[in-house]
Amino acid sequence: MKIREIAQLVDGVLVGAPVDEFYEVEKAFASDLMSDVLRFNMDQTVLITGLCNNQTMRTCEMADIRVILMGRDKQPDQDMIDLAVENDIVIIKSRYSIFKLSGILYGAGIQPLY
Amino acid sequence: MHYTFKIERGNFTDAGQASSSVKRTLKQLGVDPVNIKRTVVALFEAEINAVAHAYGGTIDVDIDGEKIVMVVADEGPGIPNIDLAMQEGWSTASPQVREMGYGAGMGLPNIKKNTDDLKIDTKIGVGTTVTMTVYLT
Ligand SMILES: Nc1ncnc2c1ncn2[C@@H]1O[C@H](COP(=O)(O)OP(=O)(O)OP(=O)(O)O)[C@@H](O)[C@H]1O
Ligand SMILES: [Mg+2]
Repeated sequence: MKIREIAQLVDGVLVGAPVDEFYEVEKAFASDLMSDVLRFNMDQTVLITGLCNNQTMRTCEMADIRVILMGRDKQPDQDMIDLAVENDIVIIKSRYSIFKLSGILYGAGIQPLY
Repeated sequence: MHYTFKIERGNFTDAGQASSSVKRTLKQLGVDPVNIKRTVVALFEAEINAVAHAYGGTIDVDIDGEKIVMVVADEGPGIPNIDLAMQEGWSTASPQVREMGYGAGMGLPNIKKNTDDLKIDTKIGVGTTVTMTVYLT
């Protein structure tokens, strides 16, 4: 699924790096625990999280995550957005809860990481 | 090549900068993506541990054609029981550290998994030195 399609499904707002129109999201993983995220191969995987700080961005940088779905109406600050741009990461902001976001993506055919 | 970085106690705004810088360097050197990820995940976990559980310290990275050696040395409380600390899920992270997104008790296991060699020297009340090696071949 394309990044813009996901944004549309969750009534999201796109910030950070410019959208790669060809990038395919196939899987999702939901966590607020960054070392949990660093356990896995995150290729073609969107991270669904409510953790909104610089460490979210650093973790995604190390894990090669290109798309973050940030729930609970969290608002990334300029520092985070700069880090996102620097590391080619797109942030989709949504006011929905993590449970709702996960349900929507699952229902739309996005696969769980495990 | 040799690189040195400083780690500041409790600074979660900047934590990860050293690992980020090493990642950029490895990309420029043309190291393959799998080895880059292994290296930076391990280094990042060790860097965060020095910020979260100790009072800061230094990172030394040596890169040659066949291996990457990373030494993260902190001043801090030390690790009383390394076997316990190595277990998945074991964590003594403070509420402040948990708020930053850490405390799963997965950092040291992640380091173990991603490196070819891991050595932890620790002294109670003095500090901890984590030495990690990734072979590039
Ligand atoms: N540099 C260190 N100095 C002192 N104690 C440490 C250090 N590194 C790890 N520890 C101890 O070992 C425990 C396990 O570390 P580990 O990195 O596996 O998990 P964590 O840091 O608690 O959580 P996570 O890494 O999943 O965010 C820590 O909670 C802490 O008690
Ligand atoms: Mg840790």
